[in-house]
Order: sequence, then C-alpha cells, then structure tokens
Amino acid sequence: MSAVGVIFSNIHDENIPELSHLRTMGSLPFGGRYRLIDFALSNLVNSGVTTVGIITKNNYQSLMDHLGSGKDWDLARKTGGLILLPPFGARDGEGLYKNRLEALKGITGFLNRRNEEYVILCDCDGVYRMDLSEVIDFHEEKQADITLVCHNEEIANSRNYTTVKSDESGRVTDLKINETVRGSDKFYSNIMVIGRKFLLALIDDAVVHGYKSFREDILLRRTKTLKIYAYDFAGYHATIDSLSSYFTHNMELLEKPVRDELFGARDIYTKVRDSAPSKYGDDSAVKNSLISDGCIVEGTVENSILFRGVKVGKGTVVRNSIVMQDTVIGDNVSLNCVITDKNVVIRDRRVLSGCEVQPYFLAKGTMI
Amino acid sequence: MQRKKECVAMLLAGGQGSRLYALTNNIAKPAVPFGAKYRIIDFPLSNCINSGIDTVGVLTQYQPLMLNEYIGNGQPWDLDRNFGGVHILSPYQKKSKSAWYEGTANAIYQNLNFIKMYNPEYVLILSGDHIYKMDYSKMLKAHIDTNADCTIAAIEVPLKEASRFGILNTNPDGSIYEFEEKPKQPKSTLASMGVYIFTAEKLYKYLEEDENDPESSKDFGKNVLPAMLNAGERMFAYKFEGYWKDVGTISSLWEANMDLLDEQPAFDVADASWKIHSRNPLAPPEYLGEKADVKNSMIALGCEIYGSVENSVLSSNVVIEEGAVVKDSVIMSGTRVRSGATVNYSIIDEDVVVGEKAVIGEDKTIAKGIAVLGRNICVGAGASVAAGNIVDKDIKEGEEA
Repeated sequence: MSAVGVIFSNIHDENIPELSHLRTMGSLPFGGRYRLIDFALSNLVNSGVTTVGIITKNNYQSLMDHLGSGKDWDLARKTGGLILLPPFGARDGEGLYKNRLEALKGITGFLNRRNEEYVILCDCDGVYRMDLSEVIDFHEEKQADITLVCHNEEIANSRNYTTVKSDESGRVTDLKINETVRGSDKFYSNIMVIGRKFLLALIDDAVVHGYKSFREDILLRRTKTLKIYAYDFAGYHATIDSLSSYFTHNMELLEKPVRDELFGARDIYTKVRDSAPSKYGDDSAVKNSLISDGCIVEGTVENSILFRGVKVGKGTVVRNSIVMQDTVIGDNVSLNCVITDKNVVIRDRRVLSGCEVQPYFLAKGTMI
Repeated sequence: MQRKKECVAMLLAGGQGSRLYALTNNIAKPAVPFGAKYRIIDFPLSNCINSGIDTVGVLTQYQPLMLNEYIGNGQPWDLDRNFGGVHILSPYQKKSKSAWYEGTANAIYQNLNFIKMYNPEYVLILSGDHIYKMDYSKMLKAHIDTNADCTIAAIEVPLKEASRFGILNTNPDGSIYEFEEKPKQPKSTLASMGVYIFTAEKLYKYLEEDENDPESSKDFGKNVLPAMLNAGERMFAYKFEGYWKDVGTISSLWEANMDLLDEQPAFDVADASWKIHSRNPLAPPEYLGEKADVKNSMIALGCEIYGSVENSVLSSNVVIEEGAVVKDSVIMSGTRVRSGATVNYSIIDEDVVVGEKAVIGEDKTIAKGIAVLGRNICVGAGASVAAGNIVDKDIKEGEEA
C-alpha cells in the first residue's frame, strides 16, 4: 500500500493529566500489556504500511523506551520503518510546536522525502482494530481530498472532539467543535487519509496565511470547498478522553466480544519484556479478570486488570481495579476501584477505595 | 588482523528424543515446549548470552523445521550479530562423501569449518535437552586457570542413579583419571552433564583422529573423551551446583514442569538476574472467567480459563471451558479442553482439542502413568484415554484409548 503513517503521540496529553504527566498519550499503559500507541501502530502495520513517523513533543522518554528500534512491530527496516520525529527546533526560535499545524510544518522534510501517495494521520487516544487499507480504497473511490474516519460513540468530554455530519454519498456537510453532546453521536476518530502532496500544499498554504489550527482553519473553514469524506467505522472504537473513560474502556476488555474483536486475530503488537508466565498460588481466587505475564497472585482478584509483573499478597482482595506494571500489593490489602500507575507499593493491611466514576488514583512510584 | 571470538558454542540439537514419544513425532527434542512459555532450547541459548557467549552453532538433523522457525535470526536471545550470533547447522552436501551426522563427535567434525571461521581459542559443546541455569564464563575461567585441554561440567547425582550417566573419577585437584560411561558399579557420583569446553587446537586434533578411526562410534562420551584421557591430556571436572534436570522422558518432563510451581522454586524462571529469553507469544493477557478456579498453577498469555485448573502448567492460548477440570497436568499452547472434560496427570501437546466430557488420564494417586496426547489431535466427546497411554491419533466420540 502506498501510504506513510504519521502518529501524533502527544496531542491529547491534556485528556488524562494524571497519567500523561510523566509520559505521552501514546505511551499510556492500556489493557494489561499494551500502550495506546500499540493500537495505532499495529493497525498501520497490519494494513500494509511499512513507514511510520512518530511526532513527539515532550516527555517522550517512556515512548522511546517502549518503541525501541520498532522491531516488535516489524518496523526495524532498512527502507522506511519506524522514524521518530522529535520537535524540530525552528531556527527562528519558535521552539516547540503549539498545535497540529505547527507539528506538521515541522515534519515537511520527512514528508517531502517520502514517495508514498498518501499519508495516514493518527492520534493516540483511540482503542480499535481497523483495516486502514479499506479507508484508502474508500478515499480513492470517492476521489476525496481528505477522508476522515468517523465512528459513533458517547464521549463525555465531547467539547474536545469533532462531530461530523455527512450526506448519503459520505461527503462531509458539517463539522462542529466545542459542542456539548448528550448521548451518542458521530465523531471524527482522529484518523485521517490525505494525499501526501496535497497535505504538503495545505501546510504551505496555512503557513503563508498564518493559520493556527488544522481543524478550524482547514477542515472547518473549507468544509464546503474541499472534498472531505467521512468513512464510517462500525467496529469497536473507544476514545480515551478522561481518567473515567480510561477506567471504563479498560474494564470493557473483560467482555469477551470486545476482547475478541481487538485481540482475537492476535495481531496487536507491543514491546516484548521476556517476563516469566504468571503464577497463581494455592489460595488465589481470580474471577473475571485479565492477568498479564510476570504476575504472582496469592490473593483474590475480581473484575480487574493486572499489568505485567504485579504481585498480589495473601489475604488481599483486589476488586474493580487497574493495577499497572510492577506494582506490589502486600498481604491483607483491600482495593476497590483503584488505578495504580507503575511501580506503586501498597503495604500490608491498607484499605483503599474509589468509585466507578471517580476511581482512586495512585501516581507512579507511590508507596502507601 | 583476523577477527576472532574467544569461545564458540556448539549446541547439539539433532537428537530425536525418542523417549518423549508422541511429543517428538514432528519436532526435535530441543523444540519441545516447557514451562508455559519456553522451549527446551531457550535454556542453553539464554545461558550462552547471559555468559557472554554470542556465537552459537545449533546442529540440527531430526525434524528441524520448528526449531529453525523458532530460532530465526536469534533476535529473541540477542543473538542476531554482525559477527557471530546464532547459526543453524544442518548436514550438507560435500564434494565427496556427503553424510548425515553420525554421533555427536562427527556432527562437530562436519562443522569444523564453521568453528574455524571465528578462530576461537575455546569451543563449548552443549546438548539441548536439559533445564538448567549455568554461567559458562565461570567454567571457561576454570578451564583457563587449570590450563586444561578439556573441562567437563559435572554434577553430583544420587548413587542409585549414577549408572545412567557418564561418571567422572577425579583426583583431589579436580583432574580426571578415569571416565566411565554408564558404569554398573560406579566409583563416584560425579556425573558428566554433557557440557564440555575444549581448547580449540586439541578439539581439532582429536576429532580428526576419531574421524579416521573406523572402529569409533563418533561419540564424545564413548570415544573422544577416553582417547584424550588415554593420551594423557589435561582433563578436569568442573563441579556445577544448582538445578539441572534432564527432560528426555515423559516423567522427567512432567516433573520439571511441576518443579516450577513450588512457592520457592529450586528453578526460578522469573529470576531477573538470569533472564530466560524466548520467542514471546503474541497474545493479550490471560482471562480468568467468573467461574474460573485456578490454584497453584502457571498460566501463559492468551489463555482463557472458565473451568478449574489445579497444579498445572498451561502454555499460551489454551482454553479451559466451563465445567472442565484440569489437574496435575502440562498443557501446551493452543489446546482447548471443552466443557465437562477432565484432564488428570497428563501432558497434552499443542493444538489438541479435548471433547466435551472426555476423560484424559487418572488421578495421580492411583494412575499407573502419565497420559500423553500428541500434537494437533482431536479427542471426541465422551472419549477416554487411560492413564499412562500415549496417543498420537484422533479418538472418535465415545471411544476408549
């Protein structure tokens, strides 16, 4: 397929300040052993894309650690492969990019050197499994300038997202931002297909006109004049727009249909850590939970997700919780609706509880 | 300057492993799965890289496809190198006299040119059928310190088992004065582990001589080592202390798997200071359902457990349906145990389907042996496999085997 992938790893960092304080949205842990960028990357790779540029801004150490050379996604290539695009310190001293347009301006060199026909732009706020080659086919069939992937979802934080109206042919008739939407609506999934040369022309044009926002100054302002099409994605798509939706969508993985759709084909790739298989002790009781490798479970775990290398002590009860990598939970602890970031230590006999809409959050490395 | 490696490892992985019966019908013994996510060959390969040895020749002959695929370019073990790395060495056609590998010594002899490419000072010979963690660099240091021509790793074994091994009789300084292959009346309990370090020039010399001896059976233990000893070469035993288990039989493979389940296992695969590297399965975390009941077990990624699992080791992507009971068993990846089925004291190979209400094996306390189901077979609903039986063909609904 003649398309190059571009992933914005930072663009929704403000969605979950608790978790992205120390990392990019792309390196946010999800689903026991994944990071959010794994979904965008795996979908691109599985759709036949062999070159992916990753735009970073700040706090991207964890992202680089996760991605390495890209070999776990088959992207350690002589030709193309994984290309990290850190902020390009502009010589006019403008510093870090402030919006998507400036970020794109910073990678025009990368885009110019490619020779693929199309660019697929993805953010890291979605959990989905999608064949993007079908979006390219749709784009070609419609002879579109821009194709926006859209899906129906209820997004609490809808003001940060874009609602889409399209006619029967799929042509976008209206785009709205900053709208408070109650219930489900058709949202732009932050996945776009666009001609590479056309994108470069749009960026040049935006620079000379002093445009600030890709969404407002290009998509909204030119909805009528550009051929913008909406590709309706009917599969599972979860938008991670807040700590609460992060919690909800993680918990949805406990439902078999969701798990089967995302992971049934066993083609969502992630960094390999060579952890040992998980061990369950004589007194363990684990119900309706996802457990990653390297865990040692001696207590009770219900309706929860344990990331790699988590230890659950004897007599401990973990319910409705998300426990991230290498967290150690002592004996006779009780957790309910808790999210622990990586490397948290919870000492014996602690009792912690949040609720579904407001899970109790423990920051990375906390000892309690 | 010619580039060289101090030490090259040669891993003998061509054996059939006939005592594993159905488990090695289609794969070589070193490719047999072990410990929920590993294959036997992961242990010597991890030992090599953890000991700083980055050049490994893997000699294959019997059913090498799975092993070749698994090892690939060696990247999972950090053995993808510009100079060195892991290489599969299969028998090849020569200008005159092409031959299969006959015996361990001949296998190495046929690949002397591979070893010589790296111009090593020492050659480490390994076998691919043991589970252990060993720092070969310490053994190499001992080899250098004693100025030995050949060093043999050795472990103390119980007296009653000693006659199954090659026994080393040593002087107080560790030098070997006698080598007895499977003695009826062993004089010592120091058994050879089949791990040798040779000073390269000596290895070349004695392999050449052995090759030219028409009487020789071309085996290290039977021919090469005794010949060296008779010629008065400096041969030393290197005592290894730690877990070392042969997994060449059904029962020892089962036991070694069960050893992993101890609360403080004598052999800990989770030890961060000696990581066991492997090719990782591509799978989501394992899911344990509402009615799952898992006790004292090891479970790998991608499993879905809805039934009961006790004292068992389950590899990746195994499905245990609701109402199924698995006890004291080893189940390899991709196998499905359907609802109501019972699996007791068994080893089940990869991609097997155990039908509804089928009964495999018997309770360990009364069973006369371990039941074994070979790769990719289907056991029909209500069928049964008796304890101790080894099955490598489909079993129809309701049948007994």
